[in-house]
Amino acid sequence: MTVATLSRRNFLIGTAAAGGLSLGFYVPFPVEAQEKPTVLPEVNAWVVIHPDDTVVIRIARSEMGQGTLTGLSQLVAEELECDWLKVTTEYPTPGESLRRNRVWGSFSTGGSRGIRESHEYVRQGGAAARQMLVAAAATFWKVPAAECSTANGIITHNPSGRTVTYGAVASLAAQMPVPTQLTLKDPKDWKIAGKPLPRLDTRDKLTGKQVYGVDLSLPGMLNASIKACPVFGGKIRSFDAAAISTMPGVRKVVQVDQTSVAVVADTWWQAHSALSALPIVWDEGPNTGVNSDSIAAMLEEGLDAEEAVLGTSIGDAGSVLSGNAKIVSATYSFPYQAHATMEPMNATALYTPDKCEVWVPTQNGEASLAAAAQAAGLPIEDCEVHKLHLGGGFGRRGNYQEYVRQAVRLAKEFPGLPVKLIWSREEDMLHGAYHPVTQCRLKAALDSTGNVTALHMRISGQSILWPLRAEVRETGRDPAVFQGLNDGGAEGAFGYTIPNLLIDHAMRNPPVPPGFWRGVNLNQNALYLECFIDELAHEARIDPLDFRRKLLVNHPKHLAVLEAVAERVGWERPADTGIHRGLAQIMGFGSYVAAAAEVSVTDSQVKIHRIVAATNPGHVVNPAQAERQVEGSFVYGLSACLFGECTITGGRVEQENFDTYEVMRMDQMPAVETILMPSGDFWGGVGEPTIAVAGPAVLNAVFAATGKRIRKLPLKNNSLGA
Amino acid sequence: MARLNINGEIRDIDVDPETPLLWVLREQAGLTGTKFGCGIAQCGACTVHLDGVATRSCALPISAVGPTQQIVTIEGLSEDGSHPVQQAWLELDVPQCGYCQAGMIMAAASLLSTTPKPTDEDINAEITNICRCGTYNRVRAAIKLAAENVSEAQKG
Ligand code: FES
Ligand code: FES
Repeated sequence: MTVATLSRRNFLIGTAAAGGLSLGFYVPFPVEAQEKPTVLPEVNAWVVIHPDDTVVIRIARSEMGQGTLTGLSQLVAEELECDWLKVTTEYPTPGESLRRNRVWGSFSTGGSRGIRESHEYVRQGGAAARQMLVAAAATFWKVPAAECSTANGIITHNPSGRTVTYGAVASLAAQMPVPTQLTLKDPKDWKIAGKPLPRLDTRDKLTGKQVYGVDLSLPGMLNASIKACPVFGGKIRSFDAAAISTMPGVRKVVQVDQTSVAVVADTWWQAHSALSALPIVWDEGPNTGVNSDSIAAMLEEGLDAEEAVLGTSIGDAGSVLSGNAKIVSATYSFPYQAHATMEPMNATALYTPDKCEVWVPTQNGEASLAAAAQAAGLPIEDCEVHKLHLGGGFGRRGNYQEYVRQAVRLAKEFPGLPVKLIWSREEDMLHGAYHPVTQCRLKAALDSTGNVTALHMRISGQSILWPLRAEVRETGRDPAVFQGLNDGGAEGAFGYTIPNLLIDHAMRNPPVPPGFWRGVNLNQNALYLECFIDELAHEARIDPLDFRRKLLVNHPKHLAVLEAVAERVGWERPADTGIHRGLAQIMGFGSYVAAAAEVSVTDSQVKIHRIVAATNPGHVVNPAQAERQVEGSFVYGLSACLFGECTITGGRVEQENFDTYEVMRMDQMPAVETILMPSGDFWGGVGEPTIAVAGPAVLNAVFAATGKRIRKLPLKNNSLGA
Repeated sequence: MARLNINGEIRDIDVDPETPLLWVLREQAGLTGTKFGCGIAQCGACTVHLDGVATRSCALPISAVGPTQQIVTIEGLSEDGSHPVQQAWLELDVPQCGYCQAGMIMAAASLLSTTPKPTDEDINAEITNICRCGTYNRVRAAIKLAAENVSEAQKG
């Protein structure tokens, strides 16, 4: 049971403490205005109820397939006690949010945070609206509010049996005082939240009606295609606009910034065809000598470097590892990955000298708004962002809003006319915010009974936060690099108890832009750690499950998910002929996860038959959607593990489309069994954590099948033959 | 000027004959349910039916489409989402972001029209569309459910 005491003052304090989150309720008229009922159906910022009882729930986070529209609505509807069948959703705009003192809190949708960071204030929004509806009915009936109850969108005055629907009292409710004390339900009593309800946004996705960013159509709209110098750090030297200016539909050739040029035309195909024909001379800049080998060498140097930033240090791993214990050592590496969202990057902008509007599929509406204002050169109050459904996000559409800046820049050439910019797939692949490269050298000491007496993990490689945060550039310390390896904490606590433990990072930043990519650093760290733990178990001649059990003795939540997958996969029983198994566990994004994979290897071909996944995210708001997130995370993670790599040559990415950037398809998809085991005592994320265990579980199974350790990703580059 | 039969409607479209069908559908016909994913016939997001056969429209210039050939897009698969494949998709709540789903549905409907009881191997061979959200297992289940529902309906 959570009891929150709310006051204006608390809101303000909460705002500061929670990094800008604010609850705040909007009361359109002072209470004295009751005699003049308003038709405005907004009960508070989160809840709008129409006279026909339709409930519109406002969602600030972005829907990109992960189900957050449905999940967050379930939380609001639960406390509101409305009729779920009458619920629809609406995105408030970031501009409206600023005008209302950021009443909807953060718009940022990433890091598996959508639910875990906002569940409390959205539930409070629902609970407050319910109390205001009850207060309105009680005022209307002239009875004490305490005599009223609510269910399914109907308020009942218990003693008299009178009822009224939410829709009938909504506008009166909006004028009721904002409650100062709210009691949130115990999740045990949930009727809407916690249930495997179908998504609210499925129908339009089956008929072609759902409008994504690329589908937007506005009166008078022009279309644009863009090309930036394919070499990172390169610029435009010149282009010959006259050569294409008479091509059909072409309106203008625009140099967007130092590195990119765009063609604006009547249709996108015209713009793109003309751009393909545009003669461009690039100044390729300083990075033409950079390639995958030179990047690997840069990281290898970091593996041995004297200087490194300390992550975790317990005991004295250095001296144990230089003593005379049995030492096991291995080096792993993980290449660049592109997001390759199915919907390419895009944004539409409409500019006039005193106003700028942008329509964009974005994971962070406020970041889009800031980018729009900056590019427009207008005060933020004169700009607005309309969020559209995302055809995939995976981290690409959060911090990096270059497509918004580009669209606004183009729109400035055509004041009063909207310009829609769509990147080609090639542009998307060549100008990503790539899952950064790291390598990891692991060194452990084993005693004669198979105890790990010391472990040193040296991570060498790129920092996502380095380009984003000044303090990271000053200190060389990027906390995200240690995801899953921290000495405690919600973002990923190291589960193994090892008396002498040293985890450090040598930052090496090649000139390839890094970015948040579903699972981020946890992907790599789990793979390094869990494959190496498997190596140690093998060296110690101990079953990999027993080996981990002993090391996880002080971390029962880590162990519980591992035990759950082992039991379900039948670890203690022999697998079918030809089938081999592997395990992995990790904690990240606030949740505990484990996987057990079953694979076979025939003629060097790996087939993944089945993966069992267990996850303890504390609370599950919609088990059906959580299962889908687990399956989806495996597709994303295994695509990277099996095939994914962006190789660099001449300072640019070699893979330009799906013919060379292979991703998992139907025929490679294993059966997935998901175990959800929320323990109820914390709130963790769901979209990302399981991605990290898919890879190592599969690679450990591949070792069981072939005796080969895959240490250099992706798997496709390794020979599994004899 | 090209004459096309789109969802049963004859349209005369004034466009460069080398324009891919995908872009004619999206930009001239205003049917944006068919999606752009790669432009090189790799991902299947742009799948439509050409005389009933699943076809990747991004790599097909309209000069190669005859005036009597029937083009069917997701908008024309059924009037109201009632096609058995759409119904099975709804029942199993298949889409995540949904961007690839029109292509998946069109590919599945075409498969079922030639192979009413597809095996896993049939599905693997025919449904090679990319879904980055990872809906593959539910797509597979929904194809089987649609097959079952159709054969039940025929029996009944
Ligand atoms: S857009 Fe046609 S196959 Fe990808
Ligand atoms: S549902 Fe998002 S790409 Fe398939």
